[in-house]
Order: sequence, then structure tokens, then C-alpha cells
Amino acid sequence: MRRKLLSVLVLFGMLLSAVAAAASPEQIERGRYLARAGNCAGCHTAPGGADFAGGRAVHSPFGTFYAPNITADPDTGIGRWSVEQFRQALQRGRRPDGSALYPACPYPNFTRVHAADIDAIYAYLRSLPAVRQSNPPHDLATLASLRPLMRVWQWLYFSPGEFRPDPAKSERWNRGAYLVEGLGHCSACHAERNLLGAEDRESSRGGLVQGWYAPSLYTPAEAGLQGWPLERAAALLRHGKAGDASTMGPMADVVFNSLQYLDEADILAMAEYLRSLPERPAAAPGRRIRLSPQQREAALALGSKVYGEHCRDCHGEAAQGSEVAPRLAGNRVLTMDDRTNLVQIIRQGGYPPSTQGDPRPFGMPPFHALSERELDAVILYLREQPGNP
Amino acid sequence: MKRFAAAIRMRCALLLTVAGTATAWAAPPTDSIDQRVLPCLSCHGERRVDLQEGYVPYLYGKPAGYLYNQLINYREARRRHRTMEYMVGHLSDEYLWEIARYFAERDLPYPAPAGEPVSEAQRARGRQLVREGDPARDIPACQSCHGERLTGVQPNTPSLLGLPRIYLMAQLGAWRVGTRRAAAPDCMHVIAERLSPQDVQAVAAWLAAQPVPADHAPAAEPVAEPPLECGSVALPRP
Repeated sequence: MRRKLLSVLVLFGMLLSAVAAAASPEQIERGRYLARAGNCAGCHTAPGGADFAGGRAVHSPFGTFYAPNITADPDTGIGRWSVEQFRQALQRGRRPDGSALYPACPYPNFTRVHAADIDAIYAYLRSLPAVRQSNPPHDLATLASLRPLMRVWQWLYFSPGEFRPDPAKSERWNRGAYLVEGLGHCSACHAERNLLGAEDRESSRGGLVQGWYAPSLYTPAEAGLQGWPLERAAALLRHGKAGDASTMGPMADVVFNSLQYLDEADILAMAEYLRSLPERPAAAPGRRIRLSPQQREAALALGSKVYGEHCRDCHGEAAQGSEVAPRLAGNRVLTMDDRTNLVQIIRQGGYPPSTQGDPRPFGMPPFHALSERELDAVILYLREQPGNP
Repeated sequence: MKRFAAAIRMRCALLLTVAGTATAWAAPPTDSIDQRVLPCLSCHGERRVDLQEGYVPYLYGKPAGYLYNQLINYREARRRHRTMEYMVGHLSDEYLWEIARYFAERDLPYPAPAGEPVSEAQRARGRQLVREGDPARDIPACQSCHGERLTGVQPNTPSLLGLPRIYLMAQLGAWRVGTRRAAAPDCMHVIAERLSPQDVQAVAAWLAAQPVPADHAPAAEPVAEPPLECGSVALPRP
């Protein structure tokens, strides 16, 4: 009798878990979309590697993280994780064994994501082929390698909690805030971080990522969209290009792999929210080398020569831009204090992303061979052009 | 005969294209692929290829399918090169196919090969590997896939001529260690593993010393059944 009861119970339990595990095609499709919005593949799919099998190296001041395998493989992936454990990871930064995730995974943003959306991503990941792939262990500085310290980090810097809509704001604004602050994890790159790697949400500076500067979204002097027409802000996010503004480097990857796939309504919502971010004054300029009048004159002459030889054909006599190259006079990449991206763009060149709105983008040639002196001189020359503040 | 005339006509058309490209170099028409590939030309343009010291390969006239596969391989990091991975990292299949065709459809004269001192034994070994292979070690002859004239075979096999010696050595080394890969099955990885370092040096030196024939268009078909199966990615739908 007891045996019978037990087997009935077991059967019932199996049935329950089957019901819980069975994901509808709609939920899986929704999960696929949300995984795009969160650009999970940006870290968890190595270039040319199997989808979500991890292995991509993410460099940080604390060492190199290797993104884990999040396919359903039971041994090397998250195949043994329940949906509840998956929620705990994204919303609380907890692994199934109770230890803390490194904030290299942007759970301080993902904590805002609604449980239903996390469940959909879980269902989507489970619907994909499980890939057996072990990735290298993180290669971290001594202190950072002590995972228990992450609990202290969380206590100091992590405030969990799902997104709560602001009833005073429009539905669209709230949707944008939810995407930007949550899954989109824009602040993971665009916010300055303190010495312990926590975002400084009050700063007017952006962050450094892969050798590029992710400019602040809070100041129109950097990447702030305050004052932009909604359609133009949306075009920059969706097409990677809007007039003289284009995305390059890591942001071009974000547009190419994530933003270009989002619904128009979601892009408009993100644009609306970003436009509404409170404006902060531009950060105080960093230290600049003082030049004597003679040095200045010599540098400007050299800069003008370099410009004439390499830049003028496309960017125009007065840096006014052309059909094939953006206007440089007044361009934020030039006028903002941090010159990291300017140096990257001149040295590495590159293309904005191919997107529906700009399928065959014009590109910038790399100028590997310019000397440091020529590079400094042309930057000085461009910054002194009329049209720059 | 008819075929021959057609070939001549095509050469003339190509020459005209070449002349057009050369004069238009400074300012290509705005909304054109010529304008769009300017970033590529800063390294791969005609004036930049140096067979003596250089490392950068010449792309003109190579089969479009081959060039497309390389662009995709860079984008998917099967083939590693910091600048190339960065340049093509977020370009679509369709755009990369257009860029591949740009280089495939143009032809520019190749510079004369660099004369580098090699020993007689090395020269003989190089020639042997290219022409006959080494059946004892299961190494097929280069020409069995790359064409009798070594100018490549449509649609996916590149020319081996007009390339700098160190570039050729670096590619064979990269195939061996896995920093240059192709869509599976990666036949060149298999072959590179069978070559000794001396073989790599010999074959690269011999190839780099060959002049590029005036007619260096890739062959339409391989001379015989290829000895190994080689993978490639599907072309984007038109």
C-alpha cells in the first residue's frame, strides 16, 4: 500500500515537474528576443564558438574572466540548474551552491528584470542544444580570486530588487527604463566604476571597456541623448548611425548583435528613457600638457599638414564632413574631454555596424603608421577648429 | 576560337577596369563600393604590397568565394588577426560578399617576385612538394588543388603566387597551431600538420620566387579530383 502511494506520489511529482519544465513555443521565442535584448551572447558566445557555450575572455582591472557555458549541458553548463536557481543567479547574484557571482556578470542590472522574463530566457536556453564545453578558470588578481569576498562586495554595493514602474511616467518611459536599467545593462559599460569595480551612479564620467571609453549617458557633452529628437536617438540605437553620430568599437558590436534586432517600440522606449536622464555637468577636464606658444604653433602646423594629407579628402576642408565621412567640427568624439575613442578611431579605423538602416556603411581607414607626434598634432588641430566649444 | 576571343575581350575589359581604378584612386564616386573599400586599401591597395619585406597579401583577382570565406573566418575568429577581426567584426554577410567580389573582379599587375637566397636542396624540396607532394608522408601536391599554374581554382581555392615568403610561412604555421582555421573539414590544417618546419620553409621560398604569369586568372576547375575534402561557408542568398 505504502509502496503504491509512493509510486503515485513519484508519478505525480514527475508530472508536476514536466508541466513546470514544458515551455511553450511563445515563451521560448520571447526568451530568444530577451536574450538578444540582454546581449547574453556578447559574453557567453565566443567568436566562432557554439551558441552560449562560453569561453570568451572578458578583461577587467581585476583580471580575466572567462564567460561560463550557459547551455543545458549538465556537467559543463547549467543543465542541473532549476529555474528558481537561474532566477537567484540573475536577480540575487547567487550560484546554486550559495556562493556569489562575480559582478562581471551584470546582475546588478539583471536584478531589475521581472521573473517572468528571466523564466523565458531560461526556457530559451534550455531549448537550445546542450554543448559540452569546459572553459578556462578565471585568471584573477589574488584578492579578487577569493570568491567569498564577493559576498562582502554585494553587501557594500549591491541592492537587489525588481524594477518598479514609476506611475507618474508614461508606459513607454517605464518600458525604456526597464530595458536600459535591466536587461540592456547599459550602465555596465557607460558608468564610471570605483576602485572595487562598483558603478558610481552619480558620476558624470563613463567607463573604460576593451580599450575604449564608454561615454557617460548623463551628459550631452558625452553620449547623453538629452535634447535629441526621439526618432534620431532611436535611429542611433537601432541603425548604429544617425547623421554625424555613429557607433564604433564595442558599441558597434552591441548594435550589430543586439539592438538592431529589437522591436521598434522597444527601441523608441529606450530612446525616450535615455533622453530623459537627468543632465549632469560635464566632468572637469583632465590634466593637459601645457605648450609654449612656439610648441603650439608648430603642433598646429603639423596637425594641419596631417589633416590635409590624410583626412581632408573625406572629412572636408573645414572638417564639415561629407556623404562618406562624418562632420568632425563639433563632433562629440572630439569635443569630449576623454580622447581614448578619438585615438582608437584614428589608429584602428573601422566600420560602423551593417544594419537595416545602414547596410553598407562607409568606413575609416586605420592610420597605424602615424607617429605619436602626428597623432597629437592632428587631434590638437581638430580640437581648435571653429565649431568646437 | 570563340572562347579565346571571349577571353581576350574579358582581359581587355579587365584592363580598362584597372586603368579606371588607377586613375579614380584619389576620389572614387561617392556612393560606390570603391569608396566603401578605402579602409581595406590602406593596407591591401596596390601601392602597399611589398613582396620583399611585406606580410600583407594581395587580394586582387582571387576567387570571390575564397575571399568571402576569409572575411567570414575573421569575423567568426576562425582566422586570427587583430586588425582584420576588428575591421569586419560587425559587417553583414551580404556586405562582406560585396567586398569579396570587389577584390575578385579587379585585377592589377603583380610586382616581380623577390629573389631570396635559397640552397639548391631547399629549392628542389620546395618544387617537389608543390608539383608532386610527398606520397610517403601523405602530403598532396599543392597544384592538385591550387591548379597546375598555382593561380587558384574557382570558386574557393586561392592563388599561391605573388605572396611574400614570410606570409606563406606564417599561414602554414597558423594552420598547424590552429590560429588559422576554415569551415570544416579544414583540409589545410591536416596538410600543415604533415609538413616539417623545413618543408614549410622550402615550399614558401619556392612559391615566393615564382613569377606571376600575365594571365593569372583562377582556373575554372581543378585538374583532377581534389585529394582532400575542404569546407567552406555558404554564400549569402542573392
